[in-house]
Amino acid sequence: MPEKRIILDKIEDKHSPNIDFYRGNGGYEALKKALTQMSPSQILDEMKASNLRGRGGAGFPVGVKWSFINRTFPGPKYLICNADEGEPGTFKDREILQKKPHIMIEGMIIGAYVMGLDAGYIYIRGEFYEPIQAVDKAIREAYDAGILGKDIMGSGFSFDLYTYRGAGAYICGEESSLINSLEGKRGLPRLRPPFPAQVGLYGRPSTVNNVESFSAVPSIINNGGKWYAGLGTPKSGGTKLFSISGHVNRPGVYEIPMGTPWTELFNDMAGGVKDGKKLKAVIPGGSSTPVLRPEELDGMTMDYESVQSKGSMLGSGAVIVLDETTDMVKLLYRILHFYAHESCGQCTPCREGCDWYYDIISRIRHGKGRLEDLDLFERLAKNIGPNTICAFGDAFTTPALSFTRKFRDEFVEYIKNGNK
Amino acid sequence: MSFAYTDVSMKEFQELQKNFPGDAKGKMSLVIPALWLSQRQNGWINGDVVEYVAGLTGTEPLHVWGVATFYSMFNKEPVGKTLLQFCTNISCGLLGGNELIQHACSRLGIEKGGTTQDKKFTIFEVECLGACGTAPVVQVNDTYHENMTMEKLDSLIDQMSS
Ligand SMILES: Cc1cc2nc3c(=O)[nH]c(=O)nc-3n(C[C@H](O)[C@H](O)[C@H](O)COP(=O)(O)O)c2cc1C
Ligand code: SF4
Ligand code: FES
Repeated sequence: MPEKRIILDKIEDKHSPNIDFYRGNGGYEALKKALTQMSPSQILDEMKASNLRGRGGAGFPVGVKWSFINRTFPGPKYLICNADEGEPGTFKDREILQKKPHIMIEGMIIGAYVMGLDAGYIYIRGEFYEPIQAVDKAIREAYDAGILGKDIMGSGFSFDLYTYRGAGAYICGEESSLINSLEGKRGLPRLRPPFPAQVGLYGRPSTVNNVESFSAVPSIINNGGKWYAGLGTPKSGGTKLFSISGHVNRPGVYEIPMGTPWTELFNDMAGGVKDGKKLKAVIPGGSSTPVLRPEELDGMTMDYESVQSKGSMLGSGAVIVLDETTDMVKLLYRILHFYAHESCGQCTPCREGCDWYYDIISRIRHGKGRLEDLDLFERLAKNIGPNTICAFGDAFTTPALSFTRKFRDEFVEYIKNGNK
Repeated sequence: MSFAYTDVSMKEFQELQKNFPGDAKGKMSLVIPALWLSQRQNGWINGDVVEYVAGLTGTEPLHVWGVATFYSMFNKEPVGKTLLQFCTNISCGLLGGNELIQHACSRLGIEKGGTTQDKKFTIFEVECLGACGTAPVVQVNDTYHENMTMEKLDSLIDQMSS
């Protein structure tokens, strides 16, 4: 299976961000079809049939999420695009924002039509200054073309769309924290229920999806949900964007059908381990997913079920390749430094736990660790993940547990003989 | 010294108001955009900025201060003309990000988080910038510099010093 470019189609063309180029290549045809030939419930059926699962990390079916909104509920309702892209290792959404913003906008308008939403916000991480400019330009182009605003394409449906610039906080990628941030507050995750579909932005029904999730929608409308599902595996529909980085010859973003063998992505597309070194490990779905050893990659295919069957998670599709020279102790130290820095601090087990984890790995890394420290990671984890408001608790215990279980010797070596 | 928007900032602020509902909740959404405009104009967020933004958005200064301190991109102290932000997270760290920041620190004679005496440079160590495929990455003010090397870093610093 080679790369199959649907979202990334023609992205290498320098005109790809422009609306004329996008429309010249079939862009906004799906929107026209949706608005003029399909009812919201027909579109919802196609979305469910597509098996499109949320691309932000959790993999929740998009069609199911869209059906949670009561489209006749009176008063304003909102659509939110999550362009926070903060999970270390992930850099696929930036590609879309910068080079093909219209495909995301088209998917958002279709979603708004299906769910009967009035306005949308694209929440973009603050560091993405240039992508924000690109999206703002695309929004202006769409307003000028009658694709956003009142009476879109003469259909009677109206929808407004804006960008919102974040200001540096990993936790704001978590959807309820993102909503608080969009309301001009600190980005603290909210307790659920109630879910955003009932109580979201400004207390109104809201839907949050990832950039890539929206960008998959136009192709589903054009070709049907069944077609999209058929590209992937029975449970993971369509194509997915993988960000591959680290010790690899050709890092980058690759769009492949779900179910593509790992070896094709890694060897044929990404060119294998950098400089002919040996592979030590792979983090398959971003920094919070369990690391895999080379032997665990045997027979793995790139879809939710297969990666899960190997004991890890597909996450946001952020594949980080580690070669034989990688010091796993130092790497975990860096990862836990990140999490200790990024906890929002409102749940005690998370706030205290991530600092404690960082203390433990610091003493191990500096040759002052104890063998009991490895068990301490295990024991603490049991009381952190289940007792927190959001999934951040699991996000930092998971790498600590998988690193120390799978590369125990290296940690023991540091504990016994220090950092040599 | 009190703070107030220039005409340019005020005009942008008024444009932004149209993006949100006109009630108190919608106005609160303007806190972060208003802080961004303030930082662009003033370089950093101080007590005067906080008071001003609170006034503009109908919120309490304490709320604005809480927001400004929550987000890492709001500078709570003045920074140099060129802000160098080095990513040392996983992929950048694997491909030389730590060596780059050390080199910049020793060349400019400052520590991470510090500013040169002539106020030309500030160095921050930052988390993943979402551009790991072109690691190591250095953000120079608003612009990403990707596939960074020692040579590119040196010529960048030369260029910005003059
Ligand atoms: C700590 C944390 C960080 C997250 N960061 C992001 C992010 O940067 N981008 C994103 O799209 N989703 C992120 N998510 C997932 C969102 O909460 C949410 O599931 C997603 O935006 C839903 O969109 P989807 O269903 O289309 O994937 C994060 C979740 C957690 C717990
Ligand atoms: S788990 Fe951590 S990040 Fe999530 S809400 Fe609690 S303290 Fe905040
Ligand atoms: S690790 Fe540096 S940009 Fe992601």
